[in-house]
Amino acid sequence: MGAPLAGNLDGPAHYLVWGPIQISWGNLTVILVMIALLILALVLPFPKGHDQ
Amino acid sequence: MTATLPGPAGTPPEAPEPDEAVLQRQWTSKLRRGFFGAYPPERLLPDTQPSYVASWIYVFGVATIAALVMIIVSGLVLTLEGPQWWHTSTWGHFVNSVHLWSVELFMLFMVVHLWGKYIMSAWRGKRALTWITGALCFLASVGTAFTGYVIQTNFDSQWISTQAKDGLNSVGIGAYFNVLNTGQMLLFHVMMLPLVLSLIVVLHILLVRRRGVVPPVGIDAETGEPVVSGEAAR
Repeated sequence: MGAPLAGNLDGPAHYLVWGPIQISWGNLTVILVMIALLILALVLPFPKGHDQ
Repeated sequence: MTATLPGPAGTPPEAPEPDEAVLQRQWTSKLRRGFFGAYPPERLLPDTQPSYVASWIYVFGVATIAALVMIIVSGLVLTLEGPQWWHTSTWGHFVNSVHLWSVELFMLFMVVHLWGKYIMSAWRGKRALTWITGALCFLASVGTAFTGYVIQTNFDSQWISTQAKDGLNSVGIGAYFNVLNTGQMLLFHVMMLPLVLSLIVVLHILLVRRRGVVPPVGIDAETGEPVVSGEAAR
C-alpha cells in the first residue's frame, strides 16, 4: 500500500511537533485543503449561467 | 327495520355555516396563514437566483446538505446490519467507509461554508437567526460525530471514550453524558442527535429561503448592482 498525502491511514498517525503545538499530518492536510478550497472558490470563475 | 333518511327529500341536512371569525382564530388557521404567507411555493422552491449566486462560494452550503444525505443513507444501512456486519464483511466495510468519508466531506464543506459566510458577513439583512442556526448545526454536528467515534465498537472507540470521560467528568456532565455507556452513546448517535441536527438544518434552510441568499458586501440584493453608499452593509 502506497502512503497517501495524509500517511498510512491504517497505521498510527504521524505528527508534526513545534514545541507545545502538535498536529497530525492528516488533520493538517484537511485544514490546508479547506483553506485552498476557500481561496479557489473566491477566485475561480463560475460556469456561465442565467443572466438573472 | 327501515332506516330513517335524514332531510325532507332524503338528502343529508346541511351543516350550519361555520363562523368565519371563529375559524380565523383557530391555531390551525393562524399556522397555515403564517407559514404560507412567509413561504409561498415560489419562495420555497425558486426557479432562479440572483446573478451574484453564480459563484463557487455559494456551492458549499448545498454540498454540505448533499454530504448529510449520504451520511443519513449510509447510517441507516449500518443500523440495519449492525457492528458485526460492518466489521467483518466486505460490503460492511464499504458502507462503513462511505459513512466515515461522508462525514469527513460534510465537516469540510461545512467549515468552508462557514468561512465563506463569515467573510461575507452573512448575518446582514435580518439574517441573524440564519447565522445562529448555522452555528447550532455546527455544534450539533460535532456532538453527533463524537458519539459516532465512541460507538465504533473497536479499540479506537475504547481509546477515545476513556480519554473523553475525564474531560467530560471535569466539567460535571459525565453522569448525564457517559461516554463509557455504549448503549446511551448509540441512542444519542442514531436517534436524538440526528433528529436534533436534521430539525436545525431544516430551520436553517427555511430561514435561507425566507430571507434569500445573502448578497456580497456592497451589492444591492434587489438589483444585483453595486451600491454607492453603505446601504448593503446594514
